[in-house]
Amino acid sequence: MSEIKLRVEGIEKSFPGVKALSNISFTVRKGTVHALCGENGAGKSTLMKVLTGLYKADAGRIYIDEQPVEIRNPIQAREYGISMIAQELNYVSELSVEENLFMGRLPVNRFGKVDWKKVRREAIQFLEEEHLNYRPEQKLKTLTVSDIQMLEIIKAVTNNAQIVLMDEPTSSISEREVGLLFEKIRELKEKGVSIVYISHKMDEVFRIADDITVIRDGAVVSSDRAENLDIDTVIAHMVGRKMENVYPKEPVPIQDTVFEVKDFAAKGIFDNISFYARKGEIVGFAGLVGAGRTEVMRAIYGLDGKDTGKIFINGEEVSIKNPSDAIDKGLIMLSEDRKEYGLIPVRSVTENASLASLKNYFYGGRSHKRKEKKDVAEIFQKMNVKTPTLDTLISSLSGGNAQKVLLARWMLCNPQVMILDEPTRGIDVGAKFEIYKLMTDMVKEGKTIVMVSSELPELIGMCDRIYVMCQGLITGCLDKEEVTQERIMMLATGLLGKSQQKGA
Amino acid sequence: MKSSKASTYLQRFSIYIVLIAMFVACSLLSPYFLSANNLMNVARQLCVGILLAYAEMILIVSGFLDLSIGSVLALAGVLSVSTFKSTHSMLLALVVAFAVGVACNMINAVFVAQFDVPAFIATLGMQQVARGIALYYTGGANILQLGKYVKLGQGMVGKVPVPVIIVLCITVVVWYLFNHTRYGRNLYAIGGNRKAAEASGIDTRKNIFISYAIVGVLAGLAGAIFMARNNSGIPNGAVGYEMTGLTAAIVGGTSFSGGVGTVMGTVAGAFIIGFLENIMNLIGVNSYIQSIIEGAIIVLAVAFDIRSKNRKTTKQIMAVKDEKK
Repeated sequence: MSEIKLRVEGIEKSFPGVKALSNISFTVRKGTVHALCGENGAGKSTLMKVLTGLYKADAGRIYIDEQPVEIRNPIQAREYGISMIAQELNYVSELSVEENLFMGRLPVNRFGKVDWKKVRREAIQFLEEEHLNYRPEQKLKTLTVSDIQMLEIIKAVTNNAQIVLMDEPTSSISEREVGLLFEKIRELKEKGVSIVYISHKMDEVFRIADDITVIRDGAVVSSDRAENLDIDTVIAHMVGRKMENVYPKEPVPIQDTVFEVKDFAAKGIFDNISFYARKGEIVGFAGLVGAGRTEVMRAIYGLDGKDTGKIFINGEEVSIKNPSDAIDKGLIMLSEDRKEYGLIPVRSVTENASLASLKNYFYGGRSHKRKEKKDVAEIFQKMNVKTPTLDTLISSLSGGNAQKVLLARWMLCNPQVMILDEPTRGIDVGAKFEIYKLMTDMVKEGKTIVMVSSELPELIGMCDRIYVMCQGLITGCLDKEEVTQERIMMLATGLLGKSQQKGA
Repeated sequence: MKSSKASTYLQRFSIYIVLIAMFVACSLLSPYFLSANNLMNVARQLCVGILLAYAEMILIVSGFLDLSIGSVLALAGVLSVSTFKSTHSMLLALVVAFAVGVACNMINAVFVAQFDVPAFIATLGMQQVARGIALYYTGGANILQLGKYVKLGQGMVGKVPVPVIIVLCITVVVWYLFNHTRYGRNLYAIGGNRKAAEASGIDTRKNIFISYAIVGVLAGLAGAIFMARNNSGIPNGAVGYEMTGLTAAIVGGTSFSGGVGTVMGTVAGAFIIGFLENIMNLIGVNSYIQSIIEGAIIVLAVAFDIRSKNRKTTKQIMAVKDEKK
């Protein structure tokens, strides 16, 4: 088992003005999972790009089976048996399962005509082998995101891959599917495939990894067997300091009910949704992907329609038809999809931050840009947003900093109730901690937070109460004292019946 | 870090550098270019084009465009001219020009905003419709002898042509809209990421309607000036002017993918195109060749925009990483 499949030695890569990778060396053993950990911007993605031939290293060598290789482009990488599953999936939703499976390597006859019979035959065989219940001619858009992710993984493997690089493969799949993925990974290991696994989720890393290499600022900080490490050590290596407490939750006196949702329903999506949140409280929403949490929040915020339902803020019924109504009433929502519903990539951090509170800076027929800059600078400082200048494009910030700018956007509206949908998705440990800290500060200021998350530890660590949803229904509500991962999962999978809600 | 900063500045001002280079090159190519007469001529000719460039810029920045503006210009101009001939009221004639421009563009806006028809298709349809109405109304014949109406295009206040003054005023207004109003910010946000803008409480539909209304006013005004300059109502005039407007906006750095563009850049873009056309005429370039060159420029400008954007993002990411160290 200690046979070495991939050896990376002294990889260096510089971009104009910055050294992205310096002297990176590590080895991946055959049939093992090697986790690469590091904060965003540590150089993991650059390293992946070197390994798949997208970037050319300035120095250093790569050995496969102890043979030196030179990987000039992705096609060569594939020939060497290296396959990559990117964080953002590459698929064409309008094409069929089989077309996606064979994309870029459709078998052709000698006249260049695609051999569709062969495609179909192999696709069927393949889907059967993998126990996947879809038809090869089904369009990809009829599958769920997690199905697609599984397909993508399997596709990578059927490329006869010997080395599979996985970049945050679980960022958009649910807990249960993570289990499926891990099973697949174990299967692969048994076949002797080596896996390089990049993830921010420490519990996952420790569940699956045999070896762990930590990268910080483009250099390897540590590389060791997983059994010799623990979560705290790895996090400490990643951020370069010891994390005292992962969840900086502080007790805040919980006061009156500020926000109440009654009987929300949208046919076929969710039904009978009622919940409340009090001043100073962080209320969590747990559930599997597809349970309808995001859909409920979007309907409350006025982004999507609903069939029935009432919203009360401070005991008064409010009508919210669109986000602008919601913002006026002091209710905001941070979307789970930062790219699609958050960032304006081509505009500056300042413009991105002030976007939802423009009426404070443009009134009376004039602009008040100095005030805008001042407010933005203040809130950035408070939130520790790292940006070179206030005019920097937001697209050049790291995920964590961009997320903080979006939070700043909402804080500048001075809302009463904040719905935060997956506020820490895809951001590094350090930035996560800072966002938790901000959440704590906000409830201390008397705000109310509703937090949707797929990461159970963070829900348990941060929330006072957690509602659990399953298939469009609220299946239960757990108080801080009684909450455990197991109980949440029971409710989320519908095992624990539809118990009545707790509290009043 | 320093060198990248310098190159950022270079990039930001590249359009003005091109403009100056163009100016110098033109004055070397033809001795006549620098004459007051010629420059005034260029300015006068540019007036209509700049108005259209502003219209296209407003739309491109927010992720839309208008292919109907040349036809709407002709329709508004023809109806305005005909109003003037029958009433002799300049005010009424201008009101008609604006009303026609706005009406056509409200129809565009309804399809684009309410029915989500791609702006390309909706305005392509309007291009045909407006041209058709203009030709039908006039029976295809030009309306001649405009009388005092021509002042709008040919008149002078002191040594400055009337249309130049009008365009200067409009420039200030459009610049103010983009830089000092919420509407301007909204446009950048909608063009940069429409869904995010909506999620941040921006009413995109309303803003689309406002934009097309402004475009309508600009088209009407351009129509009046165009007809006045030619001293006739030409239903078949200004064919292809939407391309002139688009080219100026895009050469001036307005990004076709939305969210980026400045008024001053657009002015510079319009002047670059204006100088180019002028010098080609002065040195006697065949007009068919001119068309070829102008067509090539628009594609090259977009290609350049996309290339430089790709490079810019990587560069800036690197810059941030640099900062972190």
